[in-house]
Amino acid sequence: MKVSEIVEKLGLTIFSGREGLDREITGGYVSDLLSDVMGNAQEGQAWITLQVHQNVMAIASLKDMAAVILVNNLEPHENTVRHSDDENIPVLGTSLSTFEIAGKLYQLFNQ
Amino acid sequence: MDPETQSMKLTFNIHGGDFTHAGQPSSEVKKVLKQLGIDGKTIKGIVIALYEAEVNVVAHAWKGTVEVEIDESKITIIVRDEGPGIPDIELAMQAGYSTASKKVREMGFGAGMGLPNMKKNTDELIIESEVDKGTTVKMINYFL
Repeated sequence: MKVSEIVEKLGLTIFSGREGLDREITGGYVSDLLSDVMGNAQEGQAWITLQVHQNVMAIASLKDMAAVILVNNLEPHENTVRHSDDENIPVLGTSLSTFEIAGKLYQLFNQ
Repeated sequence: MDPETQSMKLTFNIHGGDFTHAGQPSSEVKKVLKQLGIDGKTIKGIVIALYEAEVNVVAHAWKGTVEVEIDESKITIIVRDEGPGIPDIELAMQAGYSTASKKVREMGFGAGMGLPNMKKNTDELIIESEVDKGTTVKMINYFL
C-alpha cells in the first residue's frame, strides 16, 4: 500500500513531504517515546505520534520510515516541515486520537 | 579511504542543548556505510547506537565530539563529551533510569532507553565517565 492510498482512505491532511507520497507502507508503529521508535520501529512503517518537533524527522529518516501521522489536529513545527520536504518523508495529520487512527490503519492492513 | 591503512575517519562536533542538529552525524555515517556496501542490518544497529549517543550529549553535556573510524572489518565510534558525567554507570544502564530534564522528557527523550538501546545495538560498548568532567563512549561494530 502506498502513502497516498492511506491518505485517501483515512482522510489525512498532507502537511509536507509530498514527493514521498508514493512510498510503500508496510505497517504502522505507535509511540511518543523517541528511543522506543529508534529501537523498535521498522523500515517502511507509518509512525503515529503526538510529537511535532523536528527530531521526529531525524528519526523517521534514520529509520527509513514511510510517513509520520500526527494525531489530535496537531501541526508540525516549521523545521519539521522543512526536514520532511528535504527527506521526502510525508508528515500527515488527522483529527482523530492515536487510538482511533491506529485502529483504522491496522484495519486497512488486515482486511 | 586512506590507501595506507585502508581506513576512513570522520569527525563531528555536538553542542549541548542543540536538538536541531541531533542526528546529523548518524545521518552522515549511515550514508557513508551505505556507499561502502555494508549490509542493512549492521547499518541499522550502528545508526541506532550513534543517534542515542548523540542525544545523550545534547541532552546532558555541554559539548562533545564524535570520532568515527571505518576499516574493512569494523566501525569504531568514540563519543567524547565535556559534561556532568555519570556517577553510577551500572544504574544508568538500567532500562527506565533517567536523569533527563522535564523539557527533554516532554520532547519524548529521556525515557531511560538510550543506553540499553546502545548496548543492544553494538558488539562492544565501553563507557568511561568522570563526574563534573565528562563521559567517553566507545562503540565497536564488526561488519559481517
